[in-house]
Amino acid sequence: MDIPTSDIHKMSVEEFDTKKLLVNAARQRDRRKLEDVLIVDVDCHHYENESLRDIIQYIEDPVIKQTGLVYSGSGTGAQSPLIPGVVGYQDISGRVMRYPLRKLEQTPADGTHRDIHLSLKWMDAMGVDYVSMFPTPMLLLGLHPQPEIEVAMSRAYNRWLVEQILPQNERITSMLYLPFNDPEASYKMVRDFGDRPGVVGFSVVSTRYKPVYDNAYMKTYRLMEEMGKPLAFHASYNWNDPLLGATNRFLITHAMGFTIYNAMHCANWVINGLPERFPKLKVIWIESGLAWVPWLMQRLDNDYKMRSSEAPSLRKLPSEYMQDMYYSSQPMEVPNDLDVLEMTFKMIKAETQLCWCSDYPHWDMDLPSVIYDLPFLDETAKRNILGENARKLFDLDVSGRFPDYRPPGGSA
Amino acid sequence: MAREIFVAKSDDLPDGERKIVPNGNSEIGVYRVKGSLYAYQNLCAHQGGPACEGLLMAKVEEVIAEDKTYQGMRFNHDEMHIVCPWHGWEYDLETGVMVADRTFRLRKYDVVEKEDGIYVLA
Repeated sequence: MDIPTSDIHKMSVEEFDTKKLLVNAARQRDRRKLEDVLIVDVDCHHYENESLRDIIQYIEDPVIKQTGLVYSGSGTGAQSPLIPGVVGYQDISGRVMRYPLRKLEQTPADGTHRDIHLSLKWMDAMGVDYVSMFPTPMLLLGLHPQPEIEVAMSRAYNRWLVEQILPQNERITSMLYLPFNDPEASYKMVRDFGDRPGVVGFSVVSTRYKPVYDNAYMKTYRLMEEMGKPLAFHASYNWNDPLLGATNRFLITHAMGFTIYNAMHCANWVINGLPERFPKLKVIWIESGLAWVPWLMQRLDNDYKMRSSEAPSLRKLPSEYMQDMYYSSQPMEVPNDLDVLEMTFKMIKAETQLCWCSDYPHWDMDLPSVIYDLPFLDETAKRNILGENARKLFDLDVSGRFPDYRPPGGSA
Repeated sequence: MAREIFVAKSDDLPDGERKIVPNGNSEIGVYRVKGSLYAYQNLCAHQGGPACEGLLMAKVEEVIAEDKTYQGMRFNHDEMHIVCPWHGWEYDLETGVMVADRTFRLRKYDVVEKEDGIYVLA
């Protein structure tokens, strides 16, 4: 395969192997003895669009299924009736080469799904024991103008996942996609799939315009709380958003887009007193990095002190509710002055609330070393963030990898 | 005294090409571009990616007219960049300095070309 560059010389690549790409990650793993550390990745991805034909078979609505079969077969042109597309180039115009090259990678034809093979390759290279796997193009499904398409696609995907993929390897789990534009369908999803093996929670892709405080969602939150399943808000971006449409570089729309939707939903969640209504429902904010959290904490606290009459359910400061929530680390902003990051960790109570994630194979992925090498963390904090916090959040059985597992620092 | 690591016979590293040679528990990427040889450790200063296995790209510049209006972008082939394939960090081929934050750099090695080939001094 030729990758066009700025030069007359294209870069020719004949083969692609994740294991080879991640040789340096494996060296980091070995130098840090990470195979002795429980590492749980709360946010990684696969490309479910490569299995679209199989997923379409699980669509229950016959009309939408027929449409999907046409699209996943010979196709009807460039447009997709099922998954909305937005403009973007996360691979930095080919510079992050695993995007264009992934199709070259060979996997054994042994009955195990290609996505399992590919996932285990990078997991083993990094020293990751368990993952919560998310889709990729479907992260834009909440922008589909037809809520029934989001329902049909997400239900088909979830069924395919729990019936075909998750049973193949216990190291791969998922927080199932909720079709949040249809509250009743979201409730049904939790009810029908909440106790399936490998389902460690549910997720809402935050790139959408439905408010989390809508009464229509309360029974779903209550059901998740009763089931002990955490709720994740997974960030994404939408360059077609009227606000982000005013940006002219992907750098900006990515840096802002992956934070503002989660910030908006988080503010709504806290100020409407949902933590008071669902005190045992664990909420995790995924793929917005960390720098937005101190910003929002300070903004909400400052306004709340002047306008508490608009948030009468609150019994403590907004930032204190936010300290009870969970955060995934990636893409972790690493300022040249690490004091800034240390203060952020302090503000979010990282030792108990932060969960490392890779986001692999996406372009701004993080390795475990981003946490393990931080000079201001002790060994217990490192191990909590890399695995223990997620183990507790997901109530994850890790005996398959660590038969004699003991929580770091003697915590319960 | 530096150890000499054989890279390639001269004809096996034509202009615009790159060779990666092992060096202990790491590698060194050796480039010949516009007649000059460069060598860097295959280790990105960001998260440790194999920087030398990525693309070699010309610097991208903005074209700003005299009236300060934006006129587009262009490649500047006088400044080539080594691009780490993990995350896209870019390094100046001539210096190894990271172009977006000059406090970071790739480890540079000296290269010599002899009658029987190209060697890195490690």
